[in-house]
Amino acid sequence: MSFERIKEKLNILADAAKYDVSCSSSGSKRSNPNKQLGDSSGMGICHSYTEDGRCVSLLKILLTNYCIFDCAYCVTRKSNDIKRAAFKIEEVVDLTINFYRRNYIEGLFLSSGIFKSADYTMERLVAVAKKLRLEEGFNGYIHLKSIPGASDELMREAGLYADRLSVNIEIPTKSGLKLLAPDKKREDFIKPMIKVKNEIIQYKEEKRLIKSTPKYAPAGQSTQMIIGATGESDKDIMYASNYFYKSFNLKRVYYSGYVPISYDTRLPQIGSAVPMLRENRLYQTDWLLRFYGFDIREILNDYHPNLDVDIDPKLSWALRNLDVFPIDVNKADKRWLARIPGVGLKSVNKIIGARRFRKLNWEHLKAIGIAYNRAKYFITCDSRDFERRDLTAEQIKNFILKQSMSKYKGVYNNQLSLFN
Amino acid sequence: MKKILIYDGTFDGFLTTVFQVFEEQLKDVEIVKPKHYQPNIFIEAETIITDSKKAKRVWKALQVKVTKSGAHKLYASFLSEIKGVENALLRYIVYAYCSESFIHTDYSNKDVLRVAQVSKMVFRERHRMEAFVRFQLTKDGIYFANIEPDFNVLPLLLKHFKSRYADQRWMIYDKKRGYGMYYDLNVVQYIDLELTDAFDGSKKGLEKVFTSEEFQFQSLWKNYFDSTNIKSRKNMKLHKRHVPTRYWKYLSEKQPEL
Ligand code: SF4
Repeated sequence: MSFERIKEKLNILADAAKYDVSCSSSGSKRSNPNKQLGDSSGMGICHSYTEDGRCVSLLKILLTNYCIFDCAYCVTRKSNDIKRAAFKIEEVVDLTINFYRRNYIEGLFLSSGIFKSADYTMERLVAVAKKLRLEEGFNGYIHLKSIPGASDELMREAGLYADRLSVNIEIPTKSGLKLLAPDKKREDFIKPMIKVKNEIIQYKEEKRLIKSTPKYAPAGQSTQMIIGATGESDKDIMYASNYFYKSFNLKRVYYSGYVPISYDTRLPQIGSAVPMLRENRLYQTDWLLRFYGFDIREILNDYHPNLDVDIDPKLSWALRNLDVFPIDVNKADKRWLARIPGVGLKSVNKIIGARRFRKLNWEHLKAIGIAYNRAKYFITCDSRDFERRDLTAEQIKNFILKQSMSKYKGVYNNQLSLFN
Repeated sequence: MKKILIYDGTFDGFLTTVFQVFEEQLKDVEIVKPKHYQPNIFIEAETIITDSKKAKRVWKALQVKVTKSGAHKLYASFLSEIKGVENALLRYIVYAYCSESFIHTDYSNKDVLRVAQVSKMVFRERHRMEAFVRFQLTKDGIYFANIEPDFNVLPLLLKHFKSRYADQRWMIYDKKRGYGMYYDLNVVQYIDLELTDAFDGSKKGLEKVFTSEEFQFQSLWKNYFDSTNIKSRKNMKLHKRHVPTRYWKYLSEKQPEL
């Protein structure tokens, strides 16, 4: 293969793919029993990080950036004057295998502009995955984009070779979609999602009866929404997200702060800041819903349609519900421990492990790793020393902000280590 | 009376020492490696001869007493090679044996917490190595990688790389400790060896050892890495927290264009 030509294509087609933020390579449970290449039964690994701090775990490229559509928010849109390129199927396979063998990546994330038709495009994506699995004996991770409007038959085949499938909703509200991508219909996005969801359920059931049933998209489905392109509220985004999680059993919803790429007046202008902090708050909310047992209505509702920017959503919720605090860490059950600001799930488990041996005091809790300066307003423990003043929500917030100011200023981590 | 036990620095040696502590019911002991031993005429010292049978017995018993994952944490903490960690491990083991119930989650005990913390650091580095190992294809068809981990994590990497790269020959070499792990398509072996500078990544003579295709793939990868950046989101502080600068040396995406 000609390296120079490949390099050029890679530049164009990686560049166009980078706005998709999904990097997950976990949850597939695909092992390597026959001494072939690759294993994706583990946790998923970030082999590197981009300079903006995002995980690099997959070779993330478009098969081509030729596209017949003209979605305003997308760099690949038909009317955009950019260099176009297309990979051959073997080229993608070759790159994937060679990167994988050198331990650069966990696998491939292949998306594409839509050329000719949805099915024509989807067919080619499937062909890459099929070749990797059947001809190269590749057990690494494969994430394929489901092309909106692709036929059920192709989606069924896609799931046999891919670990994960995703369709990006991109625009959280119907009205926004109409404005920015008038040729696209919401139903076209949803159709492949329904198909994949049903296949996953069916294959799981069959697997229960017949052990040799092949895997079908073992790492499930995900989607992505662009944040801040259409003036939607946080409530709009998270209610849409909640709907997708529930209706299609999604594994993940990604939130991608809109990066201005066009002078189209329907969109934020080039040079406006990427809403990274907002994005982070949405991820935190997502986490609270999926792992901390919160209900979406507790966090966002008509009275409170947007997340606070200066504090995280868990603290924000606690401050609005001071009447349930303080919580006794030596007695409270897991669900309540998880609601204490400054106590992450790891600490919750450690507290539960440790308190079987003795009542915990502040020293124990600090050693366990709770964020003391945040949590202390919300808990009591085996100590006579606790917050006795009757502080208002506003006062607590100010104390906490003062404490954490210097520490968090400027570090917006979208990989979510922020709860503590 | 206090006693110093000198062992050979291996994990089996350490377990043999633990065996002896229990057998002789020693109360006040300090376990040291030969290089850390400072003779002192007031304190009795004894050199322990590693005995793999005794070691095995202790290891088996530990799996039951502190569960498999607890025992694995002990092993990982041992591999940290932190000076004096053996003594925290010994106190942990004694505590486990003196207690009726499982104690491996008793984080209010300082040794249990220490083991949890140290093993966490070691596991973190193992995970980083799983991520940051960069193989280069030699002319003999071996995928070769240098590492210089802070802790002795090579043994913890075996399973991961063996199941992942089952159909290619590979070698991971710990430059700091002067030994490597080699997979020949059948088994993984540890080998002690000195490598010539050409393997060193110092760029001199590399083309003698590695295929020319190798350099092209490295350059493709670096190109890929560069084009995944979104400039308007740049955040080097976060970047360096994820990829500490001390690991950059062996990451091909971090090398200047050749
Ligand atoms: S169809 Fe997809 S690739 Fe084409 S312009 Fe719309 S979002 Fe971009």
